[in-house]
Amino acid sequence: MTARPAPSGRGPDGTPVVRATGRAAAAEDSLARFAAIWSRAIYPVTATSMTRAEFEAHLLPLARSLRDSLHATRFDPRDAVPVGTALVAAHCTDPEALPSILGVIDAYMVLYCGPGPGLAADECRVRCSRLQHAVAVGFSQALRERTLREQESISRAALNAKTEAEIALAASEARFRAVFETAGIGIGIADLDGTVLEVNDALTGMLGNESYIRQRRVGEWTHPDNAPGTDHLNRELVRGERDHYHVEKAFPRSDGTVLWADVQVSLLRDTAGRPRYQLALLEDVTERRRLLERLRHQATHDALTGLPNRALFFERLDQALAENTGAGGTGSGNKASRKGGTGPGGAAPAPRQIGVCYLDLDGFKAVNDSLGHAVGDRLLVAVADRLRGCLTTPDQLVARVGGDEFVALYADPPDLRAVTELAARILTALSAPVLLDDRQLPVHGSIGIVHGPVGGRGAEDVLRSADITMYRAKERGGNRYEVADPAADARAITRHGLTNQLPSALRHDEFFVEYQPLIGLEDNAVLGAEALVRWSHPVHGVLGPDQFIPLAESTGQIVPLGRWVLEQAAQQAQDWRQDLQCAGRPPRINVNLSPVQLGHPDLVAEVAAVLDETGLEPTALCLEVTESALIGADEDALKPLRRIADLGVAIALDDFGTGYSNLSSLRWLPVSVLKLDRSFTRGMRQPQPDPVEVKIVEGIVSLAHDLNLTVTVEGVETRAQAEHLRALGCDTAQGWYYGKAGPADQLHKLSLADAG
Amino acid sequence: MTDRPSWAPPGIDINVPSVSRVYDYFLGGSHNFEVDREAARHVLKAVPAMPKVGQANRAMMRRAVRYAAGRGIDQFLDIGSGIPTFGNVHEVVHALNPEANVVYVDNDPVAVEHSRAVLEGNAHATIAAADLRDPQSVLDHPETRRLLDFDRPVALLLVAVLHFLSDEDDAHGVVATLRDALAPGSVLVITHATVTPHDRSLDDDVHRGAAVYQRTRTPLILRPVPEVERFFTGFELLQPGVVPMPHWRPDTPPGDDIDPAVLTGFAGVGLKA
Repeated sequence: MTARPAPSGRGPDGTPVVRATGRAAAAEDSLARFAAIWSRAIYPVTATSMTRAEFEAHLLPLARSLRDSLHATRFDPRDAVPVGTALVAAHCTDPEALPSILGVIDAYMVLYCGPGPGLAADECRVRCSRLQHAVAVGFSQALRERTLREQESISRAALNAKTEAEIALAASEARFRAVFETAGIGIGIADLDGTVLEVNDALTGMLGNESYIRQRRVGEWTHPDNAPGTDHLNRELVRGERDHYHVEKAFPRSDGTVLWADVQVSLLRDTAGRPRYQLALLEDVTERRRLLERLRHQATHDALTGLPNRALFFERLDQALAENTGAGGTGSGNKASRKGGTGPGGAAPAPRQIGVCYLDLDGFKAVNDSLGHAVGDRLLVAVADRLRGCLTTPDQLVARVGGDEFVALYADPPDLRAVTELAARILTALSAPVLLDDRQLPVHGSIGIVHGPVGGRGAEDVLRSADITMYRAKERGGNRYEVADPAADARAITRHGLTNQLPSALRHDEFFVEYQPLIGLEDNAVLGAEALVRWSHPVHGVLGPDQFIPLAESTGQIVPLGRWVLEQAAQQAQDWRQDLQCAGRPPRINVNLSPVQLGHPDLVAEVAAVLDETGLEPTALCLEVTESALIGADEDALKPLRRIADLGVAIALDDFGTGYSNLSSLRWLPVSVLKLDRSFTRGMRQPQPDPVEVKIVEGIVSLAHDLNLTVTVEGVETRAQAEHLRALGCDTAQGWYYGKAGPADQLHKLSLADAG
Repeated sequence: MTDRPSWAPPGIDINVPSVSRVYDYFLGGSHNFEVDREAARHVLKAVPAMPKVGQANRAMMRRAVRYAAGRGIDQFLDIGSGIPTFGNVHEVVHALNPEANVVYVDNDPVAVEHSRAVLEGNAHATIAAADLRDPQSVLDHPETRRLLDFDRPVALLLVAVLHFLSDEDDAHGVVATLRDALAPGSVLVITHATVTPHDRSLDDDVHRGAAVYQRTRTPLILRPVPEVERFFTGFELLQPGVVPMPHWRPDTPPGDDIDPAVLTGFAGVGLKA
């Protein structure tokens, strides 16, 4: 705002310049003083960020404009309107500013820029008043304009911001709508009542169709497979007590099948934090669960019989043993009535009991060995089916825990009687033979029963006790049950214990070999001996091979043990030969060879090495192999035996006649001796032999001799028996009649006696 | 109330007072709504001199901007610029150097829109919508990158804004992040509401005034002067240090008639070596 030229610059009447300049300077000075006063009055009520000096400088042109208007030749008060406008522009917008602005004009304008030539004092005052009115008009108009403008601009800014936000929101919504619609996981939104508001395609696909989904509220999606408890999670969520939960849950599909889903439910709140909606994310885990279930089933069940396996049995046994409160458990139904006294003031409940029946099939090994594993397996399957039928309550479980070993667990039996009844049912179930391919296979079992309170006993301990007890039942002839008795347990020889002790027994020389003489029936001469291993057990005394050889076979310990026996026997035989220096037949040594040894790759080398180390003639050694070990053996399996025979070692077929053998195989087996099982000659102990037996043995001997095999008879106990066998043409015999197994020097004496 | 997820667009609620618009009201502006004026009147009841505090704050900023421009700095980053009522950084700067670039930053969508309207057509000033609590987003904002060259000195203005950052917002960490982005020769301008050790009664007033801000989305945090000084870590704190706003390099000696409330606002300028 530029000021008009000062009217006093040069007088219209041609007043000297010097004088005029002096007057002008004086007028400018007055104007500056007015501006200073004006500034001082207004500055405190302005919002300007100008300094005082700047503000004063800013006011000076305004003051000049006012003065010029005051002195204008043609007075027009409206000339002062822009001054008011300019003051608003300088941020003198506080309502307090106007009285200050006008007050200073009123009080000082006339004083500093007052009447002069051509302007009377009265006129000057009137003009000043009218100027003030005009300033006020300009101020008010500008303030109004400014306020409206600013209000409009801020409103527009707010509107724009809102629009921007809405655009952003719409874009965001579009993005999330796309996520919602194309997501692979199922998404559903429901209100707090559980009414389904929205579902995406994935969820529709999982459950069937949308209308099917919308038929139910959230709380109505139930399935019998679901554990109780998810309902309260949802109630807590809608009440706002939790913001989230995560469950795996079954849902009925529209086609009647079940959907298993991993479900994450979140609470959506409004801006004030009040619960509004529930959002569920569902991942279909049906397949994964099915796979896990299958794996779990495989891990916990026996593949052959489908019965629970050892792992599951122990899991359940552990559970049963742990549930010592009397509550929980799978529940036999009679628990409540039996242990009802748990109410207030009632006596503490008696500790819960458990029962275990340990079943081992009698003679199963023979079936397996003679008829083959396929038959054995089918027999086990049949047995398993029968055992399943013996279970009468949900807390009973039968598991296969070993080859032919089964355990029935009775988690919560009312009493011992209930457990023995279970054992009796099992024995009854096994009493009828199993029919396989028109063959009647008798099955029997021996059962060891453990019954007692839970607490204080580990699962292993319970099972060991049942195992020991089962052996007692076996010792008493099998096909029966026995109930565990701690005193008997302590004495019992457990397979488990012996199995574990085998390796150290071998290291500690707890084994020794006894020799049973082999007699030539022709001349009653001692031909040699069969080596029989014994275990001098530090606790149980001397154990026979029946008690530990099967264990050694099952653990592979038979290989080092067999080799040790072979070494001992070969050395002994060599000792005898050197001691006797006899001219007659040097004694022969028979050593048993287990099927496991037969399959061992080092067998041939070991036999050769033993012969080499001891210097024993190969012909002085005879290895006895059971008939069952050779059944089904192909040429590859027989190769080691053939090579041993090639060395000159004799091979005897042991227990001949017990194993449903194929007689035609005798033609090509590398065998030179048949050892006839004692069962064939039992009927010849009396002077009047069983004629059928005689015929059979006669036939076998005739067949053997035709094949160039010698025949040895086991279990000869009487003189009559020996005579009959001699008459039938048998070659050699062994048995109590000639001498039991004993130390090596016993044979020495016999042999000397014979020689003498 | 649950936290807003980061992907959700910011909402606009003009029923909540905004610090920018309240400040505008103190400065005599009409860029405000009744809800803002209501809040402003509460502050005024506790601290009647609040407009003078705002005025002194503006004046100090003006002096600091002139100082920076006088050092040859031609890039200005004003964070928390609010609603440019008058006497803004770009006006002050462009009066001295029309080629200098000014970037305003605010997190209030309405203030951003208003600034956008005011600055429309101005090639040397712009507004970036970003939040100081996420300083990297301020530095990385396309508008910031468009007008500022961080390889050359920048004047960073944190005028009356740090007291809206709580300790949870890690105000000092925020400043450190910004500092690390600045080239040597940059200056940092801070004004901050403080608790003063000398006048407890005044503090009560200021605290009462601060309480009003609890109703806005941005509560006011008063910090003791040493805490304000700590913001200048990594800077040479220029004379006269952190002082009441009118005492920072006044054009004319400040008079005795300054309202004591104005002296609770402290100011300082630092120079990055």
